[in-house]
Amino acid sequence: MAADPPEMEQGAREAIEVLARADTGRLLGTLLRDTRDFQLAEDCLQEAMESALVHWTRNGLPASPAGWVLQTARRKAIDRFRRARNFDRKREEYGLLIELDQQAMDSHEAPAIPDERLRLIFTCCHPALDAKTRIALTLRTLCGLTTREIARAFLDTPETMAQRLVRARHKITKAGIPFEIPEPEQWAERLNSVLSVIYLTFNEGYSATAGTSSLRHDLCLEAIRMGRLMLELVPGDAECEGLLALMLLNHSREQARFGLQGEMIALDQQDRSRWHQGDIEQGCRLLDHALGRGQPGLFQLQAAISALHAQAPSHDATDWRQIVLLYDAMHAIAQNPVYLLNRAVALSYMTGAEAALAALDTVETALADYQPFHAARADFLRRLGQIDAARVSYRRAIELSGNESERYFLQARMEIMGDDTQGRRLASSAPQSCDR
Amino acid sequence: MKYLALIYAAPGAGPDYGTPEFGPYMDGYRKATETYQRDGVMLAGEALQDTSTATTVRVRNGKTETMDGPFAETKEQLGGFYMFDCANLDEAIKYAAMIPSAEHGSVEIRPVMEIE
Repeated sequence: MAADPPEMEQGAREAIEVLARADTGRLLGTLLRDTRDFQLAEDCLQEAMESALVHWTRNGLPASPAGWVLQTARRKAIDRFRRARNFDRKREEYGLLIELDQQAMDSHEAPAIPDERLRLIFTCCHPALDAKTRIALTLRTLCGLTTREIARAFLDTPETMAQRLVRARHKITKAGIPFEIPEPEQWAERLNSVLSVIYLTFNEGYSATAGTSSLRHDLCLEAIRMGRLMLELVPGDAECEGLLALMLLNHSREQARFGLQGEMIALDQQDRSRWHQGDIEQGCRLLDHALGRGQPGLFQLQAAISALHAQAPSHDATDWRQIVLLYDAMHAIAQNPVYLLNRAVALSYMTGAEAALAALDTVETALADYQPFHAARADFLRRLGQIDAARVSYRRAIELSGNESERYFLQARMEIMGDDTQGRRLASSAPQSCDR
Repeated sequence: MKYLALIYAAPGAGPDYGTPEFGPYMDGYRKATETYQRDGVMLAGEALQDTSTATTVRVRNGKTETMDGPFAETKEQLGGFYMFDCANLDEAIKYAAMIPSAEHGSVEIRPVMEIE
C-alpha cells in the first residue's frame, strides 16, 4: 500500500536535503569532470534535484538516490548540449555523457560516483578568485549549503551572494581556471590556499558572537568537516593534520567562550571544566602525528600553541615560555607583526607587562589600526597601574572593534579599572589575554 | 585558450637604460621569450613606446577626435604585452610570472573572448 501523498512528499524532501548535504561535492565533482563547465554542472544538478522531488513524491525513493540524481543530471546536460550554440566545441563532452548514460542503462545498476572532490576544492579555492568568493563557493559546492544559508552566514542579502557565486562560476569558465590537481611545483602554494579557505571559514564562525545567527557557528562545524575531508583526500600531509588539530583544539573551548548574556569570556576567565575533552584529545593526537612528520608549518605551530592552552590546568600554569618560542618559530616562517603582538602577550605572562609593553614598540606602526594591538597595550598598561594611559588605549580598541560582544568586553574591562587608586589594586588580579 | 598578458609598470620603477641592472633585465626578457617559443605558447609579444607617444582616438557624431596621451592617467602604464596560447589559467599564470617587469610592476592576464 502506498503511503499517502503528503507523507511521500515529506519523505522525498527529506531525502533530497540529506543528499544535498552529503553528496553535493561528489556529484558536482563528477559532473564537472564530465562537462568541464562549472555553471552547467551546477544548473543540471539543481534541475535534477528538483526533478527528484517530483518523481520521488510520485514513485517513492530509488535504490540509489545519488545515482538517480547523477544520471538525471547527466541527461539534463545532454539536452543542454544538444541545444547549445557552441555544440561543436562541446562535442567531446557530449560524446562522453552519451556513453556514460548508455553504460548506466546497460548495467541496470546505479552509476558509480567517482570522487573528484579534491579537484573540485582546488578549483573553488583558486587564488585567482577573491578570498570571500573562495569561501562562499566552497561552502556551496563542497558542503552543499544553499546560497541563502551562505548569505545569512556572511550577513549578505541572498541576491548579493547569488551574484557573487554567478560571477565566480563565470570567471572559472571564461578565464580557464582548471579543474585539475595542481602540478608539483604549484602544489604547496595551492594546498595552502585550500587550507587557508577552510581556516577562514572556521574563523568566520568562531568570531561570531553568541546570539548572532546559529548558522555562523555552524561554519565552524563545516570547516572541521572540510578539514576531515582534506585529510582523507591528502592523507599524511602534516599541515592538513595541523589545521584540523588547530580547529578542533580551538573548538573545544566553544562552550566556555560566552557567558549567559552572550558576553565574551577571555581565556583566563573561562571555566576549563567546560572545555570539550574529546576535541582536545583528538586535536592533540593529530598534532603529534603531524609534528612527527618533520615538516613544520604555520598551522602546526598554531595548533601547538592551542594545545598548550588546552593542556594547561590553569591560565597561570600555562607554559608561556614554550608559547613565546612557538611565536618566534611562526615569525621565522612568515614575518607577521600579529605573531609578534601575540608573542608580546605571552611574554607578559612569562616575564611581566613591562617587557611586553617594550616589545610592542616594534609593531606599533604596522598595527596602528588593529584592535587587538590596542587591547593588548591597554591590558599591559592596566597591569602596570598606568590607568590613564590604559584608558586611552581601551578607547582606541573599542573604537576599532568590529562587534558588540567585543565592545562590551572591552568597555567592562575599562570601567572596572575605575580611578587610579582602584586600578592599582586591580592591577594584581587576573590579567586579560587577547587569546580567545 | 588564448590569453593576453598586459604588462604594467610605473615609469622609473624598473632598471633604467645605461645602469648596470639594465642588461640583466633585458636578458630576462630574452630568456622568457625563448622559453615561450620553446614551449610553443607564444602567439605574439611586443614592447611599446612610452605613453608620451600615445594618441587617443574617439569618434563622436561621426567626427574623429584625437587627444594627446593615453586614455587613462594611471600611475602604472601599459608598456608591452604577450599573447599566449595555454591550456588553462594556471599555465598562463606560470608564463606571466616569468615576465621580468612582474617583479616591479604587474601583469594583467585577460582571456581572449571566443566568438561562438
